[in-house]
Amino acid sequence: MKKILHAGLICFLAIHLIGCNTKNSTKTTAEKYQCPMHCEGDKTYDKPGTCGVCKMDLQLLALNSKKEGEISDMSIYNLPSKWTNQNNGEIQLKSLKGDVLVMVMIYTSCQTACPRLVADMRGIEEQIPEDKKDQVTLVFVSIDPETDTPQRLKEFAQENQMDSEKWVFLRGSEADTREFSAVLAVNYKKISPMDFSHSNIISVFDQEGELAYQQEGLGVNNKETVSKIMELVN
Amino acid sequence: MNISPFFKVAITVIGIITVNIVSAQSENMVTVQGGTYIPLYGVDSTAVTVETFSMDIYPVTNREYLQFVLEYPEWKKSKVKRLFADGNYLVNWESDNSFGNQLAADAAVTNVSWFAAKKYCECQGKRLPTVDEWEYAAMADKSNPDARKKESYNQLILDWYEAPKTFNNSIGSTFKNYWGIYDLHGLVWEWTMDFNSVLISGESRKDVDKDSNLFCGSAAVGASDLMNYAAFMRYAFRGSLKANYAIRNLGFRCVQAKGKNNKNVTY
Repeated sequence: MKKILHAGLICFLAIHLIGCNTKNSTKTTAEKYQCPMHCEGDKTYDKPGTCGVCKMDLQLLALNSKKEGEISDMSIYNLPSKWTNQNNGEIQLKSLKGDVLVMVMIYTSCQTACPRLVADMRGIEEQIPEDKKDQVTLVFVSIDPETDTPQRLKEFAQENQMDSEKWVFLRGSEADTREFSAVLAVNYKKISPMDFSHSNIISVFDQEGELAYQQEGLGVNNKETVSKIMELVN
Repeated sequence: MNISPFFKVAITVIGIITVNIVSAQSENMVTVQGGTYIPLYGVDSTAVTVETFSMDIYPVTNREYLQFVLEYPEWKKSKVKRLFADGNYLVNWESDNSFGNQLAADAAVTNVSWFAAKKYCECQGKRLPTVDEWEYAAMADKSNPDARKKESYNQLILDWYEAPKTFNNSIGSTFKNYWGIYDLHGLVWEWTMDFNSVLISGESRKDVDKDSNLFCGSAAVGASDLMNYAAFMRYAFRGSLKANYAIRNLGFRCVQAKGKNNKNVTY
């Protein structure tokens, strides 16, 4: 009995020690894994597992991710969040680096503003000349990740004839979505089980992931947005 | 009474374990019993149910925040990425490793961005409170869980809004509320997880002109309790924030959900 209690105590203390404070990073040259929330700073692991703090799955660090092309201070590629696209593939925003991004936050069951935002996105895309189209990616980020499963996003893409490589539909965790909206200065709130109110903002990011321009409102003249994109791709 | 030595040891060990569990989960936190209330701005202006959660008794202090930046150097004043905190981040701190002698060690840390506050809480195994949780805990006065109808409660808050430089007062210098929480009113404003769920100025933000929306009267039409001017000020303030803003009178505290993953909050 006494032994069991002692063993329990030791176990407990051991668990106790694995916390946010452990900072010894292991030095190996092989694959490295890191907490996606960076709960433990830059601590890396050499085996997959879960974060000692937030219990999220550790993610594989891209090799040389820090060496090649430093990410600038204001770049959205500093965000560690993971997303799922309409093809059920897992991506980090970083993988979009190099293209000019046109981004908007919507939810697919939306009946009022979103169809118009989709139309606005299409309107912008149509004005990009053919030879520049491959330098621009248009991204929809769902604010309703619960409803907007990858399948739902796929259907939405097909319904809107946007099922090609240059259109990306993303969903992430609620926390990551909230964080992303904070970066875009998009406000949203669930107002009923099916509906959200949200800001109508289309954002343009340059090749480095820095915010270059924001178009606010519905059905507004997109001339400036397009000229900003043209400026960036040329 | 003939307690055998074996039992004495066993009881002591159990005692240590219990203390350990308590301190690990809720050091300087108290439980806020869940319930239903009608917030100023709610889901279709109906009642909102808040689950039981625990909340820090005090806002996070300069001393505590210094400890955090020492452990996570990427959050030091000179190291932080501008995406995550603007140029006012820790602006009154003397250096990366010291808040200096102008700021009190036990005053609430301010000039911190939402990203920084969120990160701090995550590293404590906690998270920022939602607007609903914060407002729910903060509608208590000394003796009532909901004192919003009391004139003395509202007057106290409004008096604070008029008082200058309360941000450098020590934590615990205001009243202890019904739940045992200090300083929700009276020292600093506080970040909330979903601060950007406030759509006070219309959908497009088109009508927003910098800070003038702080006191925009038209938004009050949607308010469920027109008497609650103090709460309206808070919602308006939140609506004017951006996540990388670091502001002189804006600090934070953390919460922990009960028996739930603290990451996946439903907003």
